[in-house]
Amino acid sequence: MADMRTPLGKVRGLGSAREGTMHFWRQRLTAVANVPLVLFLVGLLISLNGAGYAETRAALANPFVALMLALAIFSMLYHMRLGMQIVIEDYVHGEGAKLALLMLNTFFAFAIGAVAAFALLKLALGN
Amino acid sequence: MSRSPATRQRPLSPHLTIYRPPITMTMSILHRITGGALYFGTLLLVWWLVAAATSEAYFDFVAWVFGSWIGRIVLLGYSWALTHHMLGGIRHFIWDTGAALEKHTASKLAWATLAGSLSLTLLIWIAGYAARGGF
Repeated sequence: MADMRTPLGKVRGLGSAREGTMHFWRQRLTAVANVPLVLFLVGLLISLNGAGYAETRAALANPFVALMLALAIFSMLYHMRLGMQIVIEDYVHGEGAKLALLMLNTFFAFAIGAVAAFALLKLALGN
Repeated sequence: MSRSPATRQRPLSPHLTIYRPPITMTMSILHRITGGALYFGTLLLVWWLVAAATSEAYFDFVAWVFGSWIGRIVLLGYSWALTHHMLGGIRHFIWDTGAALEKHTASKLAWATLAGSLSLTLLIWIAGYAARGGF
């Protein structure tokens, strides 16, 4: 079969990323997961509204609450990273700025995730 | 001789200045805006978790910030963005099945998203104030 790629396309070497609909699928997968997880989060925040330090610590030390929060934050971070990626790709047209922002987007999600995981572990297991 | 087709009066496409955006378009833009807001709103949630994991003094400080009038306005915006983006997402799930894509049905669904998110936000805040025993 004839090669349909342009000479410039061949030089750049940027063919299909072999990911197909994976971005769309993961976006929807995390969206489905977010519905019950975020509802749990909202319910927790309502119940802890006005609660003091000790009461909040006790609630967050509960294993079920800690695990649900960990899942909620992971799913939210994954979902928002995918969404922000699309926003960057849509509106940022300079190659350098786009690459930098796409990297920053991933770094941001991982940094927030690491901080949240550490806080949750400390709340659940520490002292 | 009749005028050439190029100079004849023709209907114009709607210009942006006089174009009334359909509700589905407005909700689509709002979906992206609320998503962007939630991206940074996650910082609020993690800040609260870090505060609870740090010390009583720091937790009280963060609770004071969230309880201040500006903190409450930010949290009100966050809770609305969250419910709106969630209902918008559910709307997309419905569309994913191929249902409710007809023009008028889609418009009704878009209005329902807005009405639903405003009602849910109100409910969340009523429940929140009830949980702390009043205003």
